[in-house]
Amino acid sequence: MTYTDWLREDRLPHIYCAGCGNGTIINCTLNAVDHMGWKKEDTVFVSGIGCSSRAPGYISTDSLHTTHGRALAFATGIKMANPGLHVVIFTGDGDLAAIGGNHFIHACRRNIDLTVICMNNQIYGMTGGQGSPTTPVGALSTTTPYGSREPTFDLCQLASAAGANFVSRWTSYHVKELTRAIHTGLQIPGFSFIEAAVQCPTNYGRRNKFRQVMDQVEYFKTHAILQQKAERLKAEGKSVPENSIVIGDFIRRDRPAMGVKR
Amino acid sequence: MTKIDFMQGNTACAEGALAAGCRFFGGYPITPSTEVAEHMAAKLPKLGGVFIQMEDEIAGIAAVIGASWTGVRAMTATSGPGFSLMMENLGFAVMTETPCVVVNIQRGGPSTGQPTMSAQGDMLQCRFGSHGDYSIIALSPASVQEMYELTVKAFNLADRFRIPVFLMADEIIGHMRERIEIPDTIPAGERKLLEKDTLPYHAGKDLVPGFPQFGKGYGVHVTGLTHDERGYPCTTSPSVHEELVKRLVAKVESARHEIADFRVTNPGAEIIFITYGSPARTVEQLIHDHPDANIGHLRLRMVWPFCENALGEFPDARVFLVPEQNLGQIAREIERHTSVPVVPLPKLGGALHTPAELKAAMEAWR
Repeated sequence: MTYTDWLREDRLPHIYCAGCGNGTIINCTLNAVDHMGWKKEDTVFVSGIGCSSRAPGYISTDSLHTTHGRALAFATGIKMANPGLHVVIFTGDGDLAAIGGNHFIHACRRNIDLTVICMNNQIYGMTGGQGSPTTPVGALSTTTPYGSREPTFDLCQLASAAGANFVSRWTSYHVKELTRAIHTGLQIPGFSFIEAAVQCPTNYGRRNKFRQVMDQVEYFKTHAILQQKAERLKAEGKSVPENSIVIGDFIRRDRPAMGVKR
Repeated sequence: MTKIDFMQGNTACAEGALAAGCRFFGGYPITPSTEVAEHMAAKLPKLGGVFIQMEDEIAGIAAVIGASWTGVRAMTATSGPGFSLMMENLGFAVMTETPCVVVNIQRGGPSTGQPTMSAQGDMLQCRFGSHGDYSIIALSPASVQEMYELTVKAFNLADRFRIPVFLMADEIIGHMRERIEIPDTIPAGERKLLEKDTLPYHAGKDLVPGFPQFGKGYGVHVTGLTHDERGYPCTTSPSVHEELVKRLVAKVESARHEIADFRVTNPGAEIIFITYGSPARTVEQLIHDHPDANIGHLRLRMVWPFCENALGEFPDARVFLVPEQNLGQIAREIERHTSVPVVPLPKLGGALHTPAELKAAMEAWR
């Protein structure tokens, strides 16, 4: 696979900042899609609003760049009306967990045959760095200038509880694992949710002691802890280190799903 | 053969939609429109269509727009609060030129208002409710028969102009039951597909680009951002934005005389009632009870785009009396187009104007 297989060359260069992690996630996704052997004309990318949601605009399949938070509702219409189409959604923490939270819960509940890739940069990047539902407690943003005081969402726990068939979390450091997880998500009938922690040097990193792009990627590397290890620590009565990013596949099941091509 | 039936307005709307080939309904229950959804829920699965009850009206219209991009005729039905929730995504449908039909069985507002009572308070909201400049088509049925006919028409217009088309009914028309003739055949319409090797947002003389249906290999990018003819975001060029928005408005407004749909009674009259929706029924009763060639009636079946030429059907008009179940929303529009006095006859609360009320209003102009 080369980039010209899936990207619109006439749309490049993209708008992402230098050092942004979104490109890595798009790359992993396109590799996974390519590995599926899907035809371009049968594949649709859908998104809402935000940095992550600009991704479909660079991909040469049919793509729908919708309103803030509503990508899953639009995607539900596409998939239910034509289950023969493969529908993949790019979203972010603000788009999915804040304004789109209700649609997220209900898409998981319906277990509709979609694959959702959430680029979680823990910030509103497009609007210049405001706090989101995943901004860590204490983190600085333009709307949390004294440090965020709001508890955060664990998007994977949310998706698991709401009924998704496949739930997985990785980071922009874990490209092999992330690509495999996305590929698994694309294969599984029903709702697949893959969260990818991404660095945002421009609007998150520089305000939160990640002076260099690689500082935050290094943080992902050193703070990621496999879900199995976290479980083992808990079972042994030990605590999971603070600020850990628990990674791995959390849920893989076969609940009845909607919108699956028969 | 034409089939004679007796049914509720909302059911007739759903039957019209099915006859028009609607095979996707996404919505959320809300009084007094719910019977449309219920009827679609019962019928669509048997026809190979999809009914989906979404988590709210925002998602309802979103699903409809998504479905429409797969080439299917899609609709939703709602009322006041749900209609308000749909506004942002309706703007998205306008900007992306997505055909869809939105039924609003109007109830009393603002806010939760009077869920079971009739109103026509959303006539300006359907025209202007989403942000930015745009134009849409709104039809207003005054009978169960028209709930059927105008729903069919709404789908044809939506496909032709690639816009949301509104069926702006009211609770009285939605819930009344009366005789209906269901025709064997209905006026056909189709969505013109994009010709290959044409830019997806390049419009010809009719100002409506061909439709690049998803799944057909067009590889089209569809965005609510200001876009160029390729469909690519282009948000800082003043000329691209101006040309796009002007075309979105012009494609509807420039066709307004051709697509105008109204009924004229007694064109030689001097005292003219102008109505749409249920107040038309009171005027018809008045003229029935007091036959008088000097009482005219202009009944708008299409309210938006407003066709000002319709006023010219009454060359001797001395006054336009406009009974509406709002505080004069369309009377205000009529005033913009005529030097003849325009008298709003507002009625709020849900009850129909009585013939006596309209007669009294009319007598002042004898």
